[in-house]
Amino acid sequence: MNFLTQNAFWILSIIKILLLLFIVLTVNAYLTWFERKLVAHIQSRWGPHRVGPHGLLQPAADGLKFLFKEDPTPAGADKLVYYLAPFLALALALTAIAVIPFGPKPIPFFNFFGQPVYLWVANPDISLLILFAITALSVYGVALAGWASNSKYPLLGGLRSSAQMISYELALTMSVVGVLLMSNSFSLSQIINAQSYAPGVLGWNIIGFSGRGFPVPQVLGFLCFFIAAIAETNRAPFDLPEAESELVAGFHTEYASFKFAMFFIAEYTAMITVSCLVAILFFGGWLSPFPATAFWQFTHYLPSVTLIPFGLWVIWDGIHYETIVGKLVLPVIGFVMIVLGSALIALPAVNEFIQPTFWLLAKIFVVLFFYVWARGTLPRLRYDQLMNMGWKVLLPVSIANVILTAGAVLLRGH
Amino acid sequence: MSASLIIFFLLAALAILGAASLIFQRHPIHAALSLIVVMVALAGLYLLMGAEFVAAVQIIVYGGAIMVLFVFVIMLLNAGVEERTNFSKMASIAGWPLALALTGVLAAAMVRAGPTVANPANPGMLSDTATLSTLLFTDFVYPFELTSFLVLVAILGAMVLAQREQK
Repeated sequence: MNFLTQNAFWILSIIKILLLLFIVLTVNAYLTWFERKLVAHIQSRWGPHRVGPHGLLQPAADGLKFLFKEDPTPAGADKLVYYLAPFLALALALTAIAVIPFGPKPIPFFNFFGQPVYLWVANPDISLLILFAITALSVYGVALAGWASNSKYPLLGGLRSSAQMISYELALTMSVVGVLLMSNSFSLSQIINAQSYAPGVLGWNIIGFSGRGFPVPQVLGFLCFFIAAIAETNRAPFDLPEAESELVAGFHTEYASFKFAMFFIAEYTAMITVSCLVAILFFGGWLSPFPATAFWQFTHYLPSVTLIPFGLWVIWDGIHYETIVGKLVLPVIGFVMIVLGSALIALPAVNEFIQPTFWLLAKIFVVLFFYVWARGTLPRLRYDQLMNMGWKVLLPVSIANVILTAGAVLLRGH
Repeated sequence: MSASLIIFFLLAALAILGAASLIFQRHPIHAALSLIVVMVALAGLYLLMGAEFVAAVQIIVYGGAIMVLFVFVIMLLNAGVEERTNFSKMASIAGWPLALALTGVLAAAMVRAGPTVANPANPGMLSDTATLSTLLFTDFVYPFELTSFLVLVAILGAMVLAQREQK
């Protein structure tokens, strides 16, 4: 007992890390399902639908396939670096999630041996800088994988991606300076709090009211940040490092089995981190888009209003599903959603507590949707277009954004 | 033994091992990777002293930007395993006494400075990014601006060199 109270902070941190790891990996798995489904529907296909109802067990099948595939090491590969690269990529991507705050308040009426349970693993004053440090290091995973494979195409892919990531890192960093000028802090939770001084959606950095004077919208900053972030995470339309028509599969051509899965998971985790960052920096993070007045109190029932009809629809869909498993499983899922939605109405304290997290998750979901939408609809850039875009468009625009924002903030006063 | 002391010794050992490995590795990429380990371990040490901003900048600038360029150039030139020539063998023999002498001088300086190294005068003073930037833009504004000017000159130089062939 004494041991528990003395080391409560460490034990709590480890539990939180394990829990977050479990959640992030599960979300990753279903993000691949979501992406395949969405891209399929954009292209008038059905996407995965054989494994489980609506293909819901496809991620599990993929995971098993990754585990049981043969795992050859190419001849003449630099063994140490070849094994280090996927590990580095995955470890850095997962570390980044640790500094994302998912809610402002600790869990009510519950202490872990005297420690309040906040919805983050770490909340340092420089969380944004830590994220940039991790971004700066994550180039190595890709570059080293390309080099260590001892093969032409991976090397070209690795070189391309190093050049791409270095180029877009500048625009990525410059584009958030406007947000920093408006919030005066590197801490993500303080950046969110700085957006709460105007009613609802008006206070978000994308619109930029601060309760006094004129608004300082960060539209330019947001556009630069999102485009640079897509390039930084090597996603379409900036997925040149793995352009299959030119480079087979780019830097991970020689990787198979679980080592390939590690790159895959790292890429999707980076997508989630970027979505969290976009939601936090420009769209108010966990703040509700509605003003916090009594009139708008009814919006607090939105989580239930989303869950219950969706649950009803899933039950209806399950009853009409073709397979027996679908007829059994889908109604159960729908029933659980309805129970959760009703429980939120029945327990106002819980409902109040999950409000911020609900809004943050909703915003993250919308950004992820845009990510996949971009992949489904935009053609890949050519290499010279990519470099022109990074150096001649994004970088000057983001620097102009810094100057404009600095001037506006100076005029308006803090 | 407190937790921070254990972390200090772990990071210090990591930094020293990385530095030794940097010297003894025969392959340029392995040497560059060892140098990255040293940079990150140093950032950890800064973090332990409460200098959060310096730690983050250490990783972003040294661990990220500069070392990525090193690795990039090594990969681009496809540099192989280092070759041993007569001169490099001589350098390794002459290097030992010089390295020992340098270590001696540094150790003597540290022993003389003693307490300030053991207990940093103001731990956490640099952690506040606002304090740091205020210092940079008031007391140290001329050195700061001169340094940025120097970097600008370097960028211009690189552009001139890159454009030479188009004339």
